Amino acid sequence: MTAAALASYLLTGLAGASSLFLVAAGLSLIFGVTRIVNFAHGSFFMLGLYLAATLVEAFGRTPLGFWGGVLLASAAVGVFGTIVEILILRRLYGAPELLQLLATFAVVLIVKDAALWLWGPEDVLGPRAPGLRGAVVIFGRAVPEYDLLLIALGPAVLGALWLLLARTRFGRLVRAATEDREMASALGVDQARLFTLVFALGSALAGLGGALQLPREPASLGLDLAIVADAFVVVVVGGLGSLPGAFLAALLIAELKALCIGLGVSKLTLVIEFLVMAIVLAIRPHGLLGRPEAAPRASAVDADGAGSTPPLAWILLGAACLLPLVLGGYPLVLAIDVLILALFAASLRWLVGPAGLVSFGHAAFFGLGAYAAGIATVKLGWPMAASLALAPVAAGIGAIAFSLVAVRLSGVYLAMLSLAFAQIVWSLAFQWDALTGGSNGLVGVWPSADVSGKPAYYLLTLAVVALAWLALRRFERGRLGHAIRAVRDSPLRAEAVGLDVSGLRRAALLVSGALAGLAGGLFAFSKGSLSPETLSIPRSVDGLVMVLLGGLASPFGPILGAGLFTWLQDEAARRVDFWRALVGLVILALVFFVPRGLAGFFGTHRR
Amino acid sequence: MLTVAGLEAAYGRAQVLFGVDLALGPGEVLVLLGRNGAGKSTTLKAIMGLLTPTAGTVTFDGHSIAGKPPHEIARLGLGYVPEDRRVFAGLTVAENLDVGRQPDRLGAPAWNEDRLFRLFPRLAELRSRRAGQMSGGEQQMLTVARTLMGNPRGLLLDEPSEGLAPVVVDAMADAVLALKREGLAVLLSEQNLRFALRVADRAAIIEQGRIRFVGPIAALAADESLARAYLAV
Ligand SMILES: Nc1ncnc2c1ncn2[C@@H]1O[C@H](COP(=O)(O)OP(=O)(O)OP(=O)(O)O)[C@@H](O)[C@H]1O
Ligand SMILES: [Mg+2]
Repeated sequence: MTAAALASYLLTGLAGASSLFLVAAGLSLIFGVTRIVNFAHGSFFMLGLYLAATLVEAFGRTPLGFWGGVLLASAAVGVFGTIVEILILRRLYGAPELLQLLATFAVVLIVKDAALWLWGPEDVLGPRAPGLRGAVVIFGRAVPEYDLLLIALGPAVLGALWLLLARTRFGRLVRAATEDREMASALGVDQARLFTLVFALGSALAGLGGALQLPREPASLGLDLAIVADAFVVVVVGGLGSLPGAFLAALLIAELKALCIGLGVSKLTLVIEFLVMAIVLAIRPHGLLGRPEAAPRASAVDADGAGSTPPLAWILLGAACLLPLVLGGYPLVLAIDVLILALFAASLRWLVGPAGLVSFGHAAFFGLGAYAAGIATVKLGWPMAASLALAPVAAGIGAIAFSLVAVRLSGVYLAMLSLAFAQIVWSLAFQWDALTGGSNGLVGVWPSADVSGKPAYYLLTLAVVALAWLALRRFERGRLGHAIRAVRDSPLRAEAVGLDVSGLRRAALLVSGALAGLAGGLFAFSKGSLSPETLSIPRSVDGLVMVLLGGLASPFGPILGAGLFTWLQDEAARRVDFWRALVGLVILALVFFVPRGLAGFFGTHRR
Repeated sequence: MLTVAGLEAAYGRAQVLFGVDLALGPGEVLVLLGRNGAGKSTTLKAIMGLLTPTAGTVTFDGHSIAGKPPHEIARLGLGYVPEDRRVFAGLTVAENLDVGRQPDRLGAPAWNEDRLFRLFPRLAELRSRRAGQMSGGEQQMLTVARTLMGNPRGLLLDEPSEGLAPVVVDAMADAVLALKREGLAVLLSEQNLRFALRVADRAAIIEQGRIRFVGPIAALAADESLARAYLAV
């Protein structure tokens, strides 16, 4: 590559860095002050882009129409963010972060369906910016004028935000509240108002980031999660709450991506992000310019199932064995789904509850298992038993790889890292055509002849899931399980009594990942085909919803949760067009009204 | 001015206050004495709304404030100075003071930077220093000054003498006496008996979340057995 070509790729990278920074800056501001990790931030970006497309179309493609449309779109998203804050988040500031994350994810689902309803499933193409349609020749290459504008805009916005924070009273209050919200409120600062304003500003920035992309990319429904994953990485690499950090990180990541494309290895782009994040966090656990957080908040969920396996469990198991006698066809398929998801949810509940490690990317392990089994069967011709055995091994290896970075983190950093990890695994599945079949996926993952009938496969699944569930329960109540809980309750104290904190966290992740992988393997053979959907972010969230539905407190929670969830989703998908929004509303209802889950709900009555 | 009756409070399931009663008027300094963990800080936090009381009433200046959020209580004119200083480390002295300002409030002695710098001259020299880069004593002066910027008529002071050099303790005592002359009602939590004797009019002794003694500070000075029984002297 010539120096001139390199320079032009770097310029493109700079333009990308600017829009990345706009989104990340808003996320970082919001997190700094409210301590809420806003999953819906990517949805704000997406809304900004859609709205800008519509508004510019309505105002006409004049400079005034274009810029008026862009600014109005940004403002409208700011207003929308304000409404979300007032209606939903304000009630959750004291809640465990898992509930906050789920609530913002519910907003993602609702916004997605709203966008689908308003703009339809097709991508919406925007006009190019009037007056900036041309290109400028730099180093012998044409660089779009619009890119140059974006390049200037990033530092300009950073400067404006810096002025706002350093020179205005609002900025001083924001910085004070970022350091110590409680003290600020004791000095008469109205937190609720400050939070609302910060949320408005943050979401308007995301909306602006989206609107400014109008000439560069079409508005599409998949943008929300793609963007929020990018923004998470930027914010975490830069250091939570640090704007200059976010700027640096956006620059670093966008340039590296541009370089990958320039060097003809564009498939590396998504992995490079994770690599950067892994390296930075390994060296600086709080990001490039972040400061260590004050004492982490206790998860405040009572997550210890006690007592021996009640007789009810054995009765249930017996009944489950007899199910194929009464059920057949579609209901039996659903029953298999429930079993598989119950194992998936149980592995996640173990991680989030007793082990205290919040994961937003658990689908990665499920998918690793599923794809390992599928690839072994289809590409290598392995027999089913061997492929199925490979599933937990592959997922376990993935969990170990993840844990290399993850054990040093906790709370939101961990949640964000897990999300990024899942996004990486997803993009591997999506892009590695030769191995995974890319977006078409794998077909022909059929079970061996003796379990190819649905009733037989159901019984196999039941046996595997029941054994895995019992093993997990034994593990949880054994010596190692207790040690892991001790680490969750107080890492410092655990360290002081000689427990190997990192080792125990790694063990917790390994167990959880391997079991999720096993569930994935069973899933692959039950469906016969796999697609990247298998390990997409929504599946991770499905897992969390099941766990939440069932309640963290009881090991039976995941079973109950998986059953209810499957039934609800099946009913909703069959009867309602916008079932995603419905699921979002159900999540919100759960978060507000039964935060301890249904098992917890019943549990309190039993005691 | 400030009346507390039957105040109870808990951290999670652990109850810490079991019916605390206190009352003080304008221009009066009441010192709350007690050993480590007796519940002094908890009492002040519960009054300020940083911890929601589980029972009891708190009245300040005619307003019932129990259960109100802290910022509303602060805006009624009750100031709070925490025990562990909690200055905004990344903000300068001037910025810290600005955060304490309550622009919409009238009445009460009007504090501004100049007046505060006369009360704590050391702060004037450090005006644009980041609070995180100041000594403990300087930070302690800043927390008090920051709270005064809100023009309070009542003040909750949590162990202002803790961990300070004798000179700084003297400065702090002078400041408290100056505030008393301004007519502020000051509720002070202390373990330092000498400091208490110097500034307080009356004393209350708290032990395990219950008030064991209330009376003029002179009574405490006279009766050594009281001090020995309830305080770590
Ligand atoms: N955040 C907290 N969570 C749980 N318990 C707490 C918390 N803060 C204080 N406690 C407990 O409440 C009791 C009273 O504490 P408090 O801080 O009010 O004591 P104090 O009289 O101010 O002591 P000190 O002189 O050490 O400041 C103690 O038993 C303490 O362990
Ligand atoms: Mg105290």
